[in-house]
Amino acid sequence: MSTTTAPITQAPPVWNLPYRGTVGMACLIIAESSIFTIFVVAYLFYVGKSLTGPTPREVLETPIFYTICLLSSSLTIHFAARFLERGKRGGFLGLWLLTIVLGGLFLFGTGMEWHRLIYEHGLTISTNLFGTTYYSLVGLHATHVTVGLLMLTAVLLFGLAGRVVPEQSKRVGVLAMYWHFVDAVWVVVFTVVYVVGR
Amino acid sequence: MSSDAMAIRTAEAAGRPWVEILHEWVTTVDHKRLGVLYIVYALVFLVIGGIEAVIIRIQLIRPLNDFVSPQVFNRMFTMHGTTMIFFVAMPVLFGFANYLVPLMVGARDMAFPRLNAFSFWLSAFGGFLLYFSFVGGSGLYGAGNAPDVGWWAYAPLTSRAFSPGHSTDYWTIALLVSGFGSIGTAINLITTILCMRCPGMTLGRMPLLAWLNLVMSGMVLIALTPLSAAQIMLLADRYLGSHFFDTQAGGSATLWMHFFWIFGHPEVYILILPCFAFMSEIIPVFSRKPIFGYPVMVGASVCIGFVSMSVWAHHMFSIGMTSYANAFFTITTLSVGVPTGIKIFNWLGTMWGGRIQFKTPMLFSIAFLFQFLIAGLTGIMLGSAAFNWQLTGSYFVVAHFHYVIVGGILFALFGAFYYWYPKITGKMLSETLGKIHFWLFFIGFHMTFDLMHIPGLLGMPRRIYTYEPGRGWDTWNLLVTIGALIQSIATLVFVANLIISYFKGRDAGNDPWDAWTLEWSVSSPPPEYNFATIPTVASRRPLWDIKHPEDPDSRYE
Ligand SMILES: [Cu+2]
Repeated sequence: MSTTTAPITQAPPVWNLPYRGTVGMACLIIAESSIFTIFVVAYLFYVGKSLTGPTPREVLETPIFYTICLLSSSLTIHFAARFLERGKRGGFLGLWLLTIVLGGLFLFGTGMEWHRLIYEHGLTISTNLFGTTYYSLVGLHATHVTVGLLMLTAVLLFGLAGRVVPEQSKRVGVLAMYWHFVDAVWVVVFTVVYVVGR
Repeated sequence: MSSDAMAIRTAEAAGRPWVEILHEWVTTVDHKRLGVLYIVYALVFLVIGGIEAVIIRIQLIRPLNDFVSPQVFNRMFTMHGTTMIFFVAMPVLFGFANYLVPLMVGARDMAFPRLNAFSFWLSAFGGFLLYFSFVGGSGLYGAGNAPDVGWWAYAPLTSRAFSPGHSTDYWTIALLVSGFGSIGTAINLITTILCMRCPGMTLGRMPLLAWLNLVMSGMVLIALTPLSAAQIMLLADRYLGSHFFDTQAGGSATLWMHFFWIFGHPEVYILILPCFAFMSEIIPVFSRKPIFGYPVMVGASVCIGFVSMSVWAHHMFSIGMTSYANAFFTITTLSVGVPTGIKIFNWLGTMWGGRIQFKTPMLFSIAFLFQFLIAGLTGIMLGSAAFNWQLTGSYFVVAHFHYVIVGGILFALFGAFYYWYPKITGKMLSETLGKIHFWLFFIGFHMTFDLMHIPGLLGMPRRIYTYEPGRGWDTWNLLVTIGALIQSIATLVFVANLIISYFKGRDAGNDPWDAWTLEWSVSSPPPEYNFATIPTVASRRPLWDIKHPEDPDSRYE
């Protein structure tokens, strides 16, 4: 007897369970939030505790433009996913590409800022506690942006090859969730590093 | 590899090349095979970690002993702790969860089978990395060997100055890698439980095993990740020259303690919740009664999950926190006792008035109940800051947490092995050997860990390499070591039982215990696809409904 016993009752009329991609991504986001929380706590704990300079007030410049880029990419990816759902391939690909460009711009901004801090102000991860916490927190976020961009690019390539169809809009939505998360984390990082930490 | 997977391989080997079979096991994405891999992997490390414990105990058997050098002693207790928590307890519990959760919720596999395989191999790689440190730990500096910084690796012990070579890095990366594996498995378990339940299995009808693993996985997501974050910081300190835990540059050693224990305390609950899950399945079946107070059990589990996140600093009373912090963490710690007490009363309520069958799984479960209760009581003693100041860092603490981990977790696990082995292999474990195993282990356990409290009360500090005669510790340590040896013999009986029963055991049939959850409705071992037709359930005990169509549970729900 290697099969199941007969069904016990009739199946319930409606049996809808949540989509596993969404739930899985939500779990990943919870786990990632916890990691970021620890880094944020470390940042706040060490604000003003550096034994030597430079201090955040002396060297940090608020990256308003790049922040706007990243935050608006949340809008573009949202509407890109909507376009895909309604089967409008052109709109989807265009906005998806725009999302990647905006994310790339943000990453470029982070790179420029790091370059300036390292070469003009001599601030590295080993300079003082500010350097330690700044580079690790912003770097952790930039790593997530990079991973997101790689995945977005993969979808773009599949889309250009005509392999992304409206039936997959749920899966694309899962990736969009991740991207929204990366943006939301930036709001926290921005507040902590450029507002509270100065 | 001692046990069943090896045996399965040899049994299957009839007529098929072993390379093909090995290939099947290495590339498998089947939740049952991965479950078995997890369990076998954990058993191998259980033996290794056990040998380390015996080395520690032999060194302490008499005063001024020099069975091993102080350096080796440090490595042994570090490796023993790290191995037992991360490479025995976690994988064996994940193994059972992997094997049982899809079967119990009526699914054909986990939600993400490939992620499942990936998580297992990450965890496995972590274990190999940790033990590779014995060979590679000295690195270019020619210093150190296996990690010797203790399982909680306090700063500044882990800084480059005090831990040259690569032993600490092996420790860090091993935990980081296996931590990512655990997070993957937790995501998988939650998604399976929320999205893969068979029709009719509402959250309120789920077996408690699924509920408790759901809570456990949620805790892994929130509480294991701080450890990963702290490990990343430690790696940055050691390789990039950052100063997170570097007091010379204004960093804080206390911060590491906080980050470690934000993980460390919930970890205990991550380990004990699946054991509660085993109890909640085994005790009703052998009491021939449904579980008492199902909704309260669920509520208490979720409550434990939340409260246990806010108690971590009871491991740090002696570092000198403010009196407000001491009071807060004392109160939260003591309040965990409430939902846990509720659970114990529910299990007792399940047994109350039942026709209890004293089979081996039930013996281990009953022992679990009372030992876990005692462990909880010493936990309440230590959870009070004033008492903690007297005994922190003593053998009393070691006795307390081994009471939780051995008397609680390991006993529950043994019960689970005797209960589900028939499902996994199709053979019953020998009851005779099982009873010998139980009584030997029971005697050994109490000899070791009951008595270990006393040298602790007499002031014997933990982690000391040796001690002088005439402090009143000598006899206790001798007896404790003898108890440890009895436990080792009992474990050998257990391993022998696993192997002998695989070949000589009685056929189990689908449902040897006359149980009520879905895993017993399929053959033993279950077919690869689990269920030929996805079942439909109408109550918490679907098999009871089938066996008793005249009086199904569904009528009362
Ligand atoms: Cu604790």
